[in-house]
Amino acid sequence: MQTAQQENTVWHDICAISDIPKNAGIAALVNGQQIAIFSIGKQPQVFAIDNHDPFSKANVLARGITGNINDALVVASPIYKQHFNLATGQCIEDESVCVDSYAVRIDNNRVFIGLTA
Amino acid sequence: MAQKKKLVVIGNGMVGHKFMQAIAASNAQDGCEKYELITFCEESRLAYDRVQLSSYFSGKTADDLSLVEAGFYEDNNITVYIGDRACHIDREKQIVTSKNGVSVEYDKLVLATGSYPFVPPIPGHERENCFVYRTIDDLEKISAAGKTAKSGVVIGGGLLGLEAAKALKDMNLETHVIEFSSRLMSVQIDDGGGAMLREKMEEMGVGVHTGKNTSLIEKGDNAVHKLNFTDGESIEADIILFSPGIRPRDELARECGIEMGERGGIVINDQCQTSDEDIYAIGECALWGGMIYGLVAPGYKMAQVAADQLIGKNNAFKGADMSTKLKLMGVDVASIGDAHAKTKGCKVFTYVNGPDQVYKKIIVNEDSTRLLGAVLIGDANNYGNLLQLKLNDIPLPATPDSLILPQRDGEVTGMGVEALPNTAQICSCFDVTKGDICTAVADGNTTMSAIKECTKASTGCGGCTALVGQVLNKELEKMGVEVNTDLCEHFPYTRQDLYSLIRVNEIKAFDDLIEQHGKGHGCDICKPTAASIFATCWNDYILEEEHAGLQDTNDRYLGNIQNNGTYSIVPRIAGGEITPDKLIVLGQVAKKYNLYTKITGGQRVDLFGARLEELPVIWKELVDAGFETGHAYGKSLRTVKSCVGSTWCRYGVDDSVGTAIDLENRYKGLRSPHKIKFAVSGCTRECAEAQSKDVGVIATENGWNLYVCGNGGMKPRHGDLLATDLDRETMIKYIDRFLMFYIKTANRLERTATWMNNLEGGLDYLREVVIDDSLGLAAQLEKEMASVIGTYQCEWKTTIEDPEKVKAFKPFINANTGDSNVVFVEEREQIRPANEEERKQLANA
Ligand code: SRM
Ligand SMILES: Cc1cc2nc3c(=O)[nH]c(=O)nc-3n(C[C@H](O)[C@H](O)[C@H](O)COP(=O)(O)OP(=O)(O)OC[C@H]3O[C@@H](n4cnc5c(N)ncnc54)[C@H](O)[C@@H]3O)c2cc1C
Ligand code: SF4
Ligand code: FES
Repeated sequence: MQTAQQENTVWHDICAISDIPKNAGIAALVNGQQIAIFSIGKQPQVFAIDNHDPFSKANVLARGITGNINDALVVASPIYKQHFNLATGQCIEDESVCVDSYAVRIDNNRVFIGLTA
Repeated sequence: MAQKKKLVVIGNGMVGHKFMQAIAASNAQDGCEKYELITFCEESRLAYDRVQLSSYFSGKTADDLSLVEAGFYEDNNITVYIGDRACHIDREKQIVTSKNGVSVEYDKLVLATGSYPFVPPIPGHERENCFVYRTIDDLEKISAAGKTAKSGVVIGGGLLGLEAAKALKDMNLETHVIEFSSRLMSVQIDDGGGAMLREKMEEMGVGVHTGKNTSLIEKGDNAVHKLNFTDGESIEADIILFSPGIRPRDELARECGIEMGERGGIVINDQCQTSDEDIYAIGECALWGGMIYGLVAPGYKMAQVAADQLIGKNNAFKGADMSTKLKLMGVDVASIGDAHAKTKGCKVFTYVNGPDQVYKKIIVNEDSTRLLGAVLIGDANNYGNLLQLKLNDIPLPATPDSLILPQRDGEVTGMGVEALPNTAQICSCFDVTKGDICTAVADGNTTMSAIKECTKASTGCGGCTALVGQVLNKELEKMGVEVNTDLCEHFPYTRQDLYSLIRVNEIKAFDDLIEQHGKGHGCDICKPTAASIFATCWNDYILEEEHAGLQDTNDRYLGNIQNNGTYSIVPRIAGGEITPDKLIVLGQVAKKYNLYTKITGGQRVDLFGARLEELPVIWKELVDAGFETGHAYGKSLRTVKSCVGSTWCRYGVDDSVGTAIDLENRYKGLRSPHKIKFAVSGCTRECAEAQSKDVGVIATENGWNLYVCGNGGMKPRHGDLLATDLDRETMIKYIDRFLMFYIKTANRLERTATWMNNLEGGLDYLREVVIDDSLGLAAQLEKEMASVIGTYQCEWKTTIEDPEKVKAFKPFINANTGDSNVVFVEEREQIRPANEEERKQLANA
């Protein structure tokens, strides 16, 4: 099952790593789906989760402020300020809410998002 | 149901009202009304806060002073005869009759008639412009006479006399105090303290004349009156205020044969009953143990005791503490217990600091283990602690003088609040004990404002504020709610600390700040806070690469985000003034981009529904037409509302619109802990509602009155009058200082109103800082403000001129479409966001 999933991943070339503002996010449209991509740290780590905010139902997570809560890297929704774990999409304030997270790869300073086909 | 008993209360002053509150509370608790309440109120208005009477001269209105919650009398079915004096009690028939001819039967009667200011029978005392200082009506008369007067004297240098002197001073009159005895406040303080107080008063320009006995008041040569003293000297003045003492209003009781004290006062027992067991007396008309208590706290206690007695609960009045602390014209004066060292064998420690004009004295028992009394002049900071030591009979430290010696090198003197028992009364104005505060904290009231609201502690004379704060903090500590003032997990500092760190170390970027003083990656609390401080201190363009990611979405996209992820556009319309041409531009732009258009509550126009990618395009059109950003998105100056003012209005006394525009242009772009709003009114009709703003300015015949720390919003608060009759230059200087001081010291997201509510020392302290420059900060604050003003830029103009910045408004980094989820429908000929249902329908259509 696991291997199958990996094999089916299609990597989409999104943008240059320098296109993402430092310690912040941008939105991308991949296969008609809105994805929020964040770049964190000096040697940037890149994360991708849904851009859709399940609380306000607006597509805005890319516009939130990033940071950490204890060990978790998070983004705060710009509308009602719930936090989402950048790695897993888990909402910190409400255990029952989790947005999708996506595989990311940096190759030759380009950012790729992996979607299962 | 049992027949309700008739309970009549004569006098609707502070204590009478308190009594009725207590009965009403018990009625409510029992779910039935045991008593039907009827009250006679001689004054033309219902109970108000007499203790705060003088604040009428610093801008408080009769409404502000009212003690009566809306609907209180209606909800509790209390019959009130306003403006009617009870003039006869028939004890046999149990009937009270009034001046207006009302007569009511009573089962129980309560006398809460208070006292009246004694006017000595000096020939000439009945001349015009001779007043007493007791009621709002008195103050209205004094204030009217003050308009044409140049000078005033107060006869009587006691507590109330000095308050009255302050009122004269506030009216800008040349002020003198005449005192019969050899020192001021002879009841409360000793000769040494009196001398220090006198020095301070004179320094403030109040003439102090002690040991003077007035023998005749006659027509003056250069003023309305001439006061002649028995020593042959004289003084002239336009207004005379009599304040040599108070006398109980016991005439009704006297006339119907109830037992009186030798020198007046209605004798009561520990249950506050008079010699007629159906008649009670409470407050300043009552004589208990040979004492009349001229303070409100003992009166409140009596009200509770009498109410408890009437509803069948045990309670007793056992005397009260007469310690007092007040701030007279900015001078701390306090007296505790045996201030005159009359106790046998007592010992006295005195500390005098001539240059700083501080005088402190404590009186301790023979073996120096207990505090008996104290006098504090010039610095009463440890009043609360000393009072508690005395009231609770707490053992003193081995060297009692450490209690009054100045604290050096952070050594802690005095005793902490932990030493106090739960029964210790912390706030005497509202009889709030340490236990009450602890309970309130346990119930979740964990801020000073919440404690004030819930217990009323520290909302009277304010003398207990510091102590209440200490109890609160100790309780929080105990509950394990570590009194953590850290901004967030990334910085072990308060906002105020961070502000200083950034300013002093000239830190200009968040990475440096967190590397040097914090840890981790930051968060949505510390990042916008730091960004705001950077903006106040260095005023860089807020979307500069190192700042952009720190900004809240509103700041990051220079617009207010709406519920569907679109933004609103609010161009600055300074003072609310706009030319027809510009108005047309707004209309054209709104039409072209199909934006919902609305007039805001801040006298400007808001255009809603702009998609992210449209923002720069729309703003380009606006900037080209001469508009600037309105910072509706920023924690920064929002609007300066104006009324039309003297240019058009028949009542206007100054140019409110011009002033509003100047102020708005001066402070636009200033980033602060929270948003800041101003308003300017052209006369006291106050059409701009300036008193509800962070900064409010109102034109007067003699200049501008400056109000600060007002607030609309969730918890409205009227502004406090900071200074009066200012010329424009001084007004601006004060506003510069005020704003910068607020920005420097406030917590994150703390509006000026909340900041003021939590400010130790309150308005007086703020005045000292802003007007008297007590911290020596004024020049620096002005300089910092000048730097912000000098580096202003319109953020939208800068943004649209830089193609790199414009790119950030692209909805998707890799596509040129917009967010398909943003859908509008039409309503009243304009767009509005489609709701979920409508969105689905439209998607399927
Ligand atoms: C547009 C406007 C309502 C309107 O259509 O009239 C408005 C709209 C918002 N107000 Fe307001 N307020 C507006 C005038 C007011 C006023 C009236 C005034 O300024 O005279 C008040 C009461 C006065 C006051 O602030 O003291 C007011 C008290 C608030 C508060 C409560 C503040 C408080 O201290 O309790 C908030 C919440 C906050 O700031 O935390 C708020 C917040 C908001 C926000 C920013 C809420 C948000 O975060 O989305 C609203 C979005 C603005 C937007 O999208 O442009 N708004 N708001 C008004 C804009 C005025 C302007 O021209 O800039
Ligand atoms: C300027 C000033 C400053 C003060 N500062 C302080 C302070 O800092 N701390 C402090 O503890 N105390 C202070 N006091 C004292 C405090 O105000 C009084 O202790 C308190 O008001 C007493 O309440 P009371 O109800 O007994 O009397 P009042 O508040 O005087 O109420 C009595 C009411 O009864 C009415 N009345 C009298 N006779 C009749 C009648 N026959 N029929 C109908 N109505 C009648 C009177 O008109 C009056 O309205 C101050 C007083 C003044 C004037
Ligand atoms: S506040 Fe005074 S000057 Fe201004 S519009 Fe109202 S009445 Fe006229
Ligand atoms: S003691 Fe006066 S307010 Fe608390």
